[in-house]
Amino acid sequence: MPDQDIALMAHLMRRAGFGASRAELEARVAKGYEATVEELLHPESQPALDEDVLYRYFPNLEGPLAPVQAQTNWVYRMINTPRPLEEKMALFWHQLFATGNSKIDNPPELLQQIAMFRRHGLGSFRDLLVELAKNPAMIFWLDNNGNHRGAINENWGRELLELFSMGVGNYSEDDIKEASRSFTGWTIGPKLPRLPLGRFYWSFAYKPEDHDDSEKTFLGHKGRFNGEDIIDIVVQQPATARFLARHLYNFFVADEPQVPSWNITPPRDPEAIETLVQAYTTSHYDVRAVLRVLFRSDFFKQARFARVKSPAELVIGTVRLAGNFAAPRLGFQELAWECNYQGQEILNPPSVESWHTGQEWIDGGALVRRVNFAAKFLGDASLPGIHAIVDGLRTRGTLSPVEFVDGCLDLLGPLEVSEQTRRELLAQAEEEGALRWSTEQESRVSTQRVGVMLALIGASREYQFA
Amino acid sequence: MASTSSDPVVVVLQLTGANDYLNTVIPYTNPLYRDNRPNVGVPEDKVLPINDTLAFHPNMGPVKKLYDEGKIAIIHGIGYANSPRSHFRSMDIWHTCEPDKVGTEGWAGRLIRDLDPKGENVLKGVNFGQGLPRAMVVRGVPVTSVSDLEAYGVLTGVPAISGEQEKTRVLERFARMYAPAIGTGPVMDYLGQTGQDVLKGVDILKTAPQQYASTVQYADTPIAKNLRNIAQVYLANLGTQLFYTQHGSFDTHFNQVPMHNKLWTDVAAAIENFFDDLRAHDAGDNLIMMLFTEFGRRVHDNGTGTDHGAGGVAFVIGNRVNGGMYSEYPSLKPADLQQGDLAPNYDFRGFYATVVEKWLGLDPVSIVGGNFEQLDFI
Repeated sequence: MPDQDIALMAHLMRRAGFGASRAELEARVAKGYEATVEELLHPESQPALDEDVLYRYFPNLEGPLAPVQAQTNWVYRMINTPRPLEEKMALFWHQLFATGNSKIDNPPELLQQIAMFRRHGLGSFRDLLVELAKNPAMIFWLDNNGNHRGAINENWGRELLELFSMGVGNYSEDDIKEASRSFTGWTIGPKLPRLPLGRFYWSFAYKPEDHDDSEKTFLGHKGRFNGEDIIDIVVQQPATARFLARHLYNFFVADEPQVPSWNITPPRDPEAIETLVQAYTTSHYDVRAVLRVLFRSDFFKQARFARVKSPAELVIGTVRLAGNFAAPRLGFQELAWECNYQGQEILNPPSVESWHTGQEWIDGGALVRRVNFAAKFLGDASLPGIHAIVDGLRTRGTLSPVEFVDGCLDLLGPLEVSEQTRRELLAQAEEEGALRWSTEQESRVSTQRVGVMLALIGASREYQFA
Repeated sequence: MASTSSDPVVVVLQLTGANDYLNTVIPYTNPLYRDNRPNVGVPEDKVLPINDTLAFHPNMGPVKKLYDEGKIAIIHGIGYANSPRSHFRSMDIWHTCEPDKVGTEGWAGRLIRDLDPKGENVLKGVNFGQGLPRAMVVRGVPVTSVSDLEAYGVLTGVPAISGEQEKTRVLERFARMYAPAIGTGPVMDYLGQTGQDVLKGVDILKTAPQQYASTVQYADTPIAKNLRNIAQVYLANLGTQLFYTQHGSFDTHFNQVPMHNKLWTDVAAAIENFFDDLRAHDAGDNLIMMLFTEFGRRVHDNGTGTDHGAGGVAFVIGNRVNGGMYSEYPSLKPADLQQGDLAPNYDFRGFYATVVEKWLGLDPVSIVGGNFEQLDFI
């Protein structure tokens, strides 16, 4: 039987990070669940990723980057970060504040935005929104550089309210206009052309002469608002608390329906959302405080395998399990391509509305790639993580088919599967009887049988969930 | 699910990276061409003349041959207003027919949905290449993407699975794992259905290379391989009506001359192989091939290559195409250029609309997002 503590820790690490090996899980269980949650919530307690190593081996992942190089840079970090929650939050914010290279056309600038998410992703939501409003990639993405006194552009003002804080139905068109007026003057410095000297980082520039300083009425408040004032009002709104809570629930707890239907479809667990809303309000908009409540809650602990993995989670989680990308080597770029082929081009979401998540990650093409990718890695006993699983089974001695299947599910996760899947895995194990290790020959056969079993588990429907 | 072999078929061949219009269909007698292309201009004695003013790139021999047989329509000055000259944005625009806002539905996906509203044939639209182009993406519309037809399948390349027999047994186990079961919830049901569809598609697609025999020796290039796979699936009559593939990169900022030479050598040879193959099988009358690129390139070269432009050229190839030239070659006069680029004069959505309406018999308005001028190449 899988150890309940290990199972819970595996669940935590799948959600708050990208998964953890059996050895890491055992170490974390020894430390304790609450202590682990605190460690995750305080990434500064761990060393940062060693960039010297990264760039010594991959000098081409620094400087002027092509899109796939920027993706590779981030994939490397997601796999090897000593700060799992910091990195997972960067992915969360990227999926929420979706900014795409199709328009930015400056991959290093996008990596700057992601770095900003690392720095501010667990702190005050208010401060994060201000950083976002000043982020050059975001300004250009939502055309705030075209938002002028006397000639407003509503794109940023609208999406700030609709997609980044309050959600549809909680403000009026006039509020959008007033918000947009308040953000006039928030622009970027002149962008150097890409040729002939290559790419340069952009910069935020505030132009007071282009700022509409007159009185505005926003969500019932009156004043000569500037951008920060709008954000101050927005973060206080109950709608903001509910919207952010629901996004955090959707990303960390269980799949909600798609965001565009949120103003008509209620959350699947309104009490959970309310709990998170309380945490947001009493902590004065502190993301860390909300997450602390979330990770310690029963609704989180019980929501096992309630989310479909995004391509990034599937690719990176599988690779971390297999353990063959723990240090610089060839092949990271292929992992970035794999995320692309599975339907998630990180750093290039299809629009500011971001990717559709949950079930909508899966279509016929994506399913084949996901299944084949997982099976290829999990079915390779030469990889360190898989080899460790084989060894883990060997130390348990001769195993009956039931023990064989349960052992694989335990060491791979622990994972839970449906009756139907378990029946098939059992039938697979029963084909060749008990798993033996007493002779060279038996070991060889058993190793191969374990590989096939793990590949089948990786190919299962249940493996699509985290 | 069976369809007659006379259902119209479209092959979309995307030239990725912005193919250089001016060096593909060359205004070889225009002095402005020479003036603007001191470094990458194609010598007059090398071009393949179509008429007194225009010629094909020297390495497009097989294309010229098809043109002389009346099977190629050349659509001049194709594009859309206010090109951002960004690969990704422009390709998205071609894929989604949304020049002014970010679209998320692909025109080919909508097309496939209208051809097969109940989604009964997972092979109605097939992409050959990695991933799925946005052009084919519409939520709820099943499409298939194959990177290598001979190797396409589920659980391919798993080191622990040794031998065909074991593979077959494991696949059967996989199929049973994905069989419908009560009580596991809507997402598991959806996954089950999708998995079953994939297996069905794999099983059906497998028959294509098995039934295929040909005397045509395709060139050893990725584009020829993709077109050969398309031919195999087309000839197997599996009901596919939309094929998609791409070749690239045509983004010839530097060192254009040898790069563009090789690109067109490879594409032209692959096209020749493909149509020869169809002819050898007495097939192809119900098929057309569309070639497009995301924009043309700048009129003046940059020393060794060319930078991003605007107006471009598209082609349609097929036995039943009304060959010839359509729309107008944009003027090279400085006053007529847009930021140094050829001004497009024909909206690409009309190109799609012509194919959708006249070849496939569907209503184009909802597919391309409006009414656009159609041409008589069909």
